[in-house]
Amino acid sequence: MEKKKLVLIGNGMAGIRTIEEILKLLPDQFDITVFGKEPYPNYNRIQLSKVLQGDTEIKDITLNEWQWYEDNGILLYPGETVTKIDKDNQMLYTDKGKETPYDHLIIATGSNPFMLPLPGADKEGVTAFRDIEDCEKMIDASKNYKRAAVIGGGLLGLEAARGLLNLGMEVDVIHLADYLMERQLDRAAGELLQKELASQGMNFYLEKQTAEITGKKRVTGLKFKDGGAIPADLVVMAVGIKPNVALAQESGVEVNKGIVVNDHMETNVPNIYAVGECAEHDQMVYGLVAPLYEQGQALAKHISGMNHQGYQGSVLSTQLKVSGVDVFSTGLINETAETKSIKVFDEWQNTYKKILVQDDKLTGAVLFGDTKEGTKLLSLIKKGANVEEYLESQQGADNGESIVTSMSDDEIICGCNGVSKGAIVNSIKADGLSSVEEVKGATNASRSCGTCKNLVSELLTDTLGDEYEADTKESVCACTDLTRDEVVAEIKEKGLTHTKEVMNVLEWKTEEGCSKCKPALNYYLGMVYPKEHEDERESRFVNERLHANIQKDGTYSVVPRMYGGVTNASDLRTIADVAEKYEVGMIKLTGGQRIDLLGVKKEDLPDVWKDLGMPSGYAYGKSVRTVKTCVGAEFCRFGTQDSTGMGIQLEKKFEGLNTPHKVKMGVSACPRNCAEGGVKDVGVVGLDGVWEVYVGGNGGTELRQAELLVKVKSEEEVLEYTAAFLQYYRENASYLERTSHYVERVGVEHVQEIVNDDQLRKELNERMDQALGTYKEPWNEVLESETTLKDLYEKVATK
Amino acid sequence: MEQTVRKVRIGNYDDLPVSLGKAVVVEDKEIAVFRLSNGNIKAIENKCPHRGGVLSEGMVSGEHVFCPLHDWKINVSDGLVQAPDDGCVQTYKTTIEDNQVYVEVPEK
Ligand SMILES: Cc1cc2nc3c(=O)[nH]c(=O)nc-3n(C[C@H](O)[C@H](O)[C@H](O)COP(=O)(O)OP(=O)(O)OC[C@H]3O[C@@H](n4cnc5c(N)ncnc54)[C@H](O)[C@@H]3O)c2cc1C
Ligand code: HEM
Ligand code: SF4
Ligand code: FES
Repeated sequence: MEKKKLVLIGNGMAGIRTIEEILKLLPDQFDITVFGKEPYPNYNRIQLSKVLQGDTEIKDITLNEWQWYEDNGILLYPGETVTKIDKDNQMLYTDKGKETPYDHLIIATGSNPFMLPLPGADKEGVTAFRDIEDCEKMIDASKNYKRAAVIGGGLLGLEAARGLLNLGMEVDVIHLADYLMERQLDRAAGELLQKELASQGMNFYLEKQTAEITGKKRVTGLKFKDGGAIPADLVVMAVGIKPNVALAQESGVEVNKGIVVNDHMETNVPNIYAVGECAEHDQMVYGLVAPLYEQGQALAKHISGMNHQGYQGSVLSTQLKVSGVDVFSTGLINETAETKSIKVFDEWQNTYKKILVQDDKLTGAVLFGDTKEGTKLLSLIKKGANVEEYLESQQGADNGESIVTSMSDDEIICGCNGVSKGAIVNSIKADGLSSVEEVKGATNASRSCGTCKNLVSELLTDTLGDEYEADTKESVCACTDLTRDEVVAEIKEKGLTHTKEVMNVLEWKTEEGCSKCKPALNYYLGMVYPKEHEDERESRFVNERLHANIQKDGTYSVVPRMYGGVTNASDLRTIADVAEKYEVGMIKLTGGQRIDLLGVKKEDLPDVWKDLGMPSGYAYGKSVRTVKTCVGAEFCRFGTQDSTGMGIQLEKKFEGLNTPHKVKMGVSACPRNCAEGGVKDVGVVGLDGVWEVYVGGNGGTELRQAELLVKVKSEEEVLEYTAAFLQYYRENASYLERTSHYVERVGVEHVQEIVNDDQLRKELNERMDQALGTYKEPWNEVLESETTLKDLYEKVATK
Repeated sequence: MEQTVRKVRIGNYDDLPVSLGKAVVVEDKEIAVFRLSNGNIKAIENKCPHRGGVLSEGMVSGEHVFCPLHDWKINVSDGLVQAPDDGCVQTYKTTIEDNQVYVEVPEK
């Protein structure tokens, strides 16, 4: 039997959720095709606020990776818009000239932002806040412009405003009503919110109506109806959305405010359905994901031919996603003659709570400052609970019990996805889940707006007890529950000197640790006691134990030191001779400007080193590896500084330094940056009379651009600031944490504060000098020790 | 049928480094011999079941060795690969007489 063709218009949150639900019910029933106007896989639109606020990145908000479409046999046409539906012949047409027949058609085209038809609204610098493109536009604008005006003081507008503040802009919010978020909040909460946001630096113009957007090509300001005006070089319109129904309407599908659907999400045209923000059910159009997901579920059941009561409308709740400001609202919130309210205003803690009661039933709630009760209130209101039930549950909470403990199993934890406490607890137990991420994967809870993460985490604690607590702080490895910081503190405090001693005293769960903690402890001990600690060869990974890089066939590679990547004819001749004598498998230039001799047998290593007579290039260690340099002022026509000289000085100084992970450097003599310092742990760029020092770059697994640490004048200062940075990294990063992760984690501003403090920099340099003082050239050390040669390099042959 | 074994002397007990492995060639085989921190001597096939890593160069913790190539964890007493990975390596019985270490390998 040929599969039925199911086509989805709109690759967004509601449509794809519907497909997910269908695949869950009937995995192989349909040939699925998806058209999406945006050139991305389905992403979490809600998190655009967090992207703008700098809490996450666009690449991290994808909900369904490209691979997901492929794995499920879904044909996706990203960046392709459906332009016409021929309902009589059940055909679709797209802007790229494609024609596609369908058996079932789901319209999930979402909404368009409502753009006020003001004079000047088409100027450059006017944007909505709806999709990735808008988000990128704002981020770009923040780099070149200073003043932003956000029209609309609702959820979306305030989240945009907070984002723009974080991006360093001055932000004015223009709002028509006389308090903020008037649709979700009462006046008291709205005013508290305004006070809080004002203290974060937002500026408000309430009861103002914009009359005109001024400027030539690009916007320069706003004019108000009452005559006032303000300057602005970015205008964000966040005054509302309107269902995107043009396509449906032109194709003869019944449209009112949205595309009109019944309880099964069917339109008036056979085989055409609508879900999401574009759909109108029972005269309601929704703009939040929770109801849209319920619609998707209902439609999935219907299309899959399951008996089902259909979609019954939703009770909404909203939360503002601005860090440091907790606001929650649900149900009916405006007081009338028939309502009574419970109000608690705590001026000291700046929290406000209002719960509306009508005929003894809870009908709505507003929370400000502390929103922990939100999900609980929502589920009580949804089920039309009596006020008594709420007051009883309050007592548990007052006893310091976690709020989730007192919830019943059918109460909803994740509002967006409608996941109940019972469902999560069952999944934790049945599937052995132990982290919020795992719960998200298994149940969808916290997958959308993310505000219920805390509740999920509390449920994990509640269900798993201490086991979970231990897992949430990142321990050194599975052998202990202690974190890196705790272990280092204990080493210092108790004066521990040997990895085994650390494991014993700190009650490791395993007898002798594992391949993660052994080298980590060995490193921490050496970092804390540079002079006293005796390096433990058995706690070293093979490469660092043998001072050569193990290859997949058990042979090794040898990289001689070549300071700054500069060599000479006689060294090259020696290298060539050695390569011939020991018949090395391959001679290759490394990414770090060195010569690599590959395929050397372990037994030959000492002889190879002896014949080379050069120091170890440390190409194998968690240590300072190479300093790449560009040609520089000596020869290059663009060069402004002696980059090779600088590089050689750096490499000579930090040679052999043990670090949490490998450290690679680059020095260039002009911004062309031929030594690629932009992707190095330390990248130095010479300009006329100035050196720039960049840190935290990475060109490997996770590409990261280095950030400017400092600009200095002299070569001595480059050495001094680099030393301070490296020592601070050595003392504070976790073992195996690259500078890129470390700098990302603590922020370059923090590191700058440290190294720019004269006293701290001096002390860091002193400790660095101590560490460097213990360096011994390792190849030579091996050659001089009979026992090491015998223990480590000799192979036993038997008869 | 009982497999006969041959005892091969591989050297002086004191010459084996503590908490480290040593590669020993016996006929056409390479055997990894470990002197554990508790003093015991263990011997296993010197080839990781994953991609042939040289186990004698692995890090030794208690009864386990971690393969130097991709960190598989292998018990040196029973030769079993530890979860989440799966597999096993050949083990060989060892004896110590007069401070000399012997490995028992199957007679050909
Ligand atoms: C910044 C921001 C913050 C938000 N915060 C929250 C929140 O905290 N909580 C919450 O519940 N909700 C929030 N929302 C709302 C939520 O994101 C939306 O309700 C939800 O994304 C709507 O889903 P949808 O599938 O109906 O529409 P969309 O996700 O918009 O998907 C529709 C897709 O269809 C595409 N499309 C349209 N026409 C065509 C065509 N003809 N052919 C092909 N493709 C087409 C569109 O380009 C779009 O990609 C927020 C929204 C924004 C913008
Ligand atoms: C902890 C578990 C594992 C780790 C850390 C790991 C790591 C790696 C690494 C780093 C490589 C590339 C090595 C090289 O090219 O030399 C590799 C290759 C490979 N691994 Fe694993 N691996 C693991 C488990 C497995 C398992 C369980 C299997 C199979 C059942 C497997 C099969 C392979 C195969 C077939 C290759 C070769 C792939 C290729 O050459 O393209 N690995 N592994
Ligand atoms: S970075 Fe500048 S100075 Fe150095 S080699 Fe390249 S172009 Fe020349
Ligand atoms: S070869 Fe041993 S883990 Fe891969």
